[in-house]
Amino acid sequence: MLVIIDYGMGNLRSILNKLQRLGANARISSNIADLEEADRLILPGVGHFKAGMDNIRARNLLDPLNKKVLKEGTPILGICLGMQLFSRHSEEGNATGLGWLDAETVKFPLGDLKIPHMGWNSLENRSPCVLFSDLPTDAEFYFVHSYHVKPSPSSNARASTTTYGISFTSAVCQKNIYGTQFHPEKSHQNGMTILKNFLEKT
Amino acid sequence: MFRPRVMPCLLLKDKGLVKTVKFKDPNYLGDPINAVWIYNKNEADELIFLDITATKEKRTPPIELIHKISDESFMPVAVGGGIRDIDTISRLLQAGVEKAVINTFAAENPSFIAQASREFGSQSIVAAIDVKTNGKGNYEVFTHAGTKKTGLDPVAHARNMELHGAGEIFINSIDRDGTMQGYDLALIRKVTDAVTVPVIASGGAGSLQDIARAIREGHANAAAAGSLFVYHGKRRAVLINFPNRRELSTLFKTS
Repeated sequence: MLVIIDYGMGNLRSILNKLQRLGANARISSNIADLEEADRLILPGVGHFKAGMDNIRARNLLDPLNKKVLKEGTPILGICLGMQLFSRHSEEGNATGLGWLDAETVKFPLGDLKIPHMGWNSLENRSPCVLFSDLPTDAEFYFVHSYHVKPSPSSNARASTTTYGISFTSAVCQKNIYGTQFHPEKSHQNGMTILKNFLEKT
Repeated sequence: MFRPRVMPCLLLKDKGLVKTVKFKDPNYLGDPINAVWIYNKNEADELIFLDITATKEKRTPPIELIHKISDESFMPVAVGGGIRDIDTISRLLQAGVEKAVINTFAAENPSFIAQASREFGSQSIVAAIDVKTNGKGNYEVFTHAGTKKTGLDPVAHARNMELHGAGEIFINSIDRDGTMQGYDLALIRKVTDAVTVPVIASGGAGSLQDIARAIREGHANAAAAGSLFVYHGKRRAVLINFPNRRELSTLFKTS
């Protein structure tokens, strides 16, 4: 069973709906027993980094998540804020993250471009990460974010970059930890391919 | 490569899809879900659904239909019409849409935009502004589906919306609606240059070139079109359509 972790950050229905179309046995839950049973996890999320971490703690999900992901090696996909929470720290709310990736979450530099980065963009420098199997090289995805994950120079987590004024990390793959800054559930067939890969190849 | 968003703007009346001209004479086009399927197939960037009689009928957009629309959409969806409270936005977002579009009530009570963007994040809140040239020849904001004057200047109102936390501004020309004569570029440019949040141009698109102009000359960040994406040919036969990725990339490369 796949569990979409409900920690009160944004709408999870679209993700559930798209996973069910792929035939996944998935449910939305913040119940620790469900979490322990899960063979795959998705950490979605739209909103404020600090609020996200506070909500994870308030629901007593921090220890069960660490156990599932770090000890048991359960595959987890973080989407948007979910992926950012994998980092050590964010400038958004000056808050500590889950710390699974050697990375910081930082704000886009102010420049000529509008923030948030909102719209369709492509991936560059794609690694052989399984999330990208069967994906055309020019595939575009839907982004909406004002912060991005910046892995430390010694980290190998970066799986792709995307250019919006600067080049930033748009996906991560590190062992059982996967993340996309974009929204695969809102990115047409290419997004469905990413979700399918997470279901079938991780 | 990042490119401007191009989005069908779809009008709902009695849960059916309609298209107006200058906000009048709604022409029934068909079933909205069928349109969603076609835009999925053609991979539109985003969809905007506006319930054009919700404000007048003092109700919210039909939640069950919005649920269905959202479930069927493989792209982001924004929904507007009659939104006057936080609970309605909450129900729309729970139904699976990304953004709530607020028009009349934002003009009546700008602090509602502040409240909504605090609650759901700016990226979920779109302030929509309908503009008509008034008797004196000036741009003026109209509400209640274009039937009520406000005395507001669109540039000042757009700035105010941004100030209150709107994540995007949807600027629509009532005079151009359904005419397919091109966007009101002067209006769009005035508003876009006055705010830092993304602006969606709307009203008057008759060709892909018009869209390119809204971006290049109007400085808009995104362009919405109704007639262009629901009609075909001079006689306006109903045909739900959307340009393919190659056409869009070429459009913005050459423009």
